[in-house]
Amino acid sequence: MKINPDKCVACGNCTYVCPMGAIYVDPVIKRATIDREECVECYACYNGLSKESLNPTIVRTMRKVFQMMRLRFEPEPDVCPTSAFEPDELVWPRVVRRAFSDPRVPHESTGIEGRGTEEVKTNDISGRVKEGEVGFTIEFGRPGVGARFHEIEKMSMKLAAAGVDFEKKNPVTTLMTDQKTGRLREDILNEKVMSAILEIKTTVDKTEEIIRLVKEVEKEIDTVVVLGVGVRCDANGDEKVVAPILEKLGYELHRAKTNVGLGRITNPDALEAAQKEPAGAAK
Amino acid sequence: MTNTLHRFGPASSFRDDYVVFAICSRGKNDKDALPKLRQFLSMAIPFKPVNLGDARHGGCLRPSNEMSPFNHWTRDMTPDLEEVVRGLDAPTTVAAVFDNRAAAVDFLKKVKEADLGMSINISTSVENAEACCHEVGIPRHSVGYSLGFEGKTEKLPNTQTMLLSTMCGHGMVSHSLAKKMIDWVKEGRRTPEQAVTYMARFCSCGVFNPSRAKRVLEDARHSMK
Repeated sequence: MKINPDKCVACGNCTYVCPMGAIYVDPVIKRATIDREECVECYACYNGLSKESLNPTIVRTMRKVFQMMRLRFEPEPDVCPTSAFEPDELVWPRVVRRAFSDPRVPHESTGIEGRGTEEVKTNDISGRVKEGEVGFTIEFGRPGVGARFHEIEKMSMKLAAAGVDFEKKNPVTTLMTDQKTGRLREDILNEKVMSAILEIKTTVDKTEEIIRLVKEVEKEIDTVVVLGVGVRCDANGDEKVVAPILEKLGYELHRAKTNVGLGRITNPDALEAAQKEPAGAAK
Repeated sequence: MTNTLHRFGPASSFRDDYVVFAICSRGKNDKDALPKLRQFLSMAIPFKPVNLGDARHGGCLRPSNEMSPFNHWTRDMTPDLEEVVRGLDAPTTVAAVFDNRAAAVDFLKKVKEADLGMSINISTSVENAEACCHEVGIPRHSVGYSLGFEGKTEKLPNTQTMLLSTMCGHGMVSHSLAKKMIDWVKEGRRTPEQAVTYMARFCSCGVFNPSRAKRVLEDARHSMK
């Protein structure tokens, strides 16, 4: 992302809306400026601010007059008055920043599909997490702190050493040079993103071991981490297996995403394939 | 999209926060999903959702690309729910946000009757979701628990800023904007109703809960936590 200095009037609105705090008004040039090292190309500024097309010269003059008279400005806080934001042509590896930070972007340029996968949101159709299994999402940088891939690699390598399997369709997994070691591509290690998610699946009996490992590695990582734990309920809709383990570890289970099980396969080809599968395979 | 899972706050703070969303699975039930997803959104409207949206276009309050100086005095802050339904042009995650359990339950009953074949999820506290499923008469299929924020939590802002900013799980509602809105409400420069519309426009999936945000801003007016 870049800000056109010919248009910017240094109103400062964008400095607040940047999730990474990467925009500031440069006191020398008196224009809003983006710290490219900290910018994660999330496009919150470009997509979120309403756009106005006022004449920059007139606005700057008015601002100077008001400033001299010590008058308080009261602009709408979610407007760029001169439409000064202009998207950059992003190239590798910087394009990875946008892929992991702008939620509206499909990842054609990187081949990465989404920031995460469907997790248990479509578990009623995919059967990804079965009874007796646990799906973990380990997210870095959320909320509003951001993360660099070299931090994420610390976790992926420790998890790989513990023998876990990474979810194959996860965007971070696709950036691994070796899933056995959890090592990521070297050319992206210093790229900063809004957040990225490692996804693994294991058996219920390993739940405690994985959580203890994650908590240990968190100490070495310079960002925030948030864990999600996905499980399959029993036939009555109860989940009395993993919740007690989490509570024993000291977690209070405040919030959850609950799949209510109304999904079903409807695509003709997928239906046909499902009918050929052994009974109960997608449960 | 773990966009609604990690909202900050204790279970009691989700008493007015019920995000019901529909999602199709690539290659499994995405053919002819568009009319079903539109139907999901349309069915929600009679139950008075506080937000309605899709993951491609955002919620029922959206930024404008053609503001004029006069808009500042005549700006329409009314959510346009029908526009969300009309604007859906490709299969994606669609969501309806409710601020009370009765509405969420009644909507879920309607969705169950409609038998859309899409995966339906409800994101709220564990207890709220259990109660909704019980009232609707559907056993839960799967649960994704949030274990909360860990690691370098000293990098995070105060409680009320977190309550507001994590209502967009993609991080599009920045900590700085949330803090600024708290300050503006405290100063009396904007009402909580006005402040939430600014924040809601940044949420790119329409899952921001303006009703809960208003409550947080009212609380913040009196005491910072």
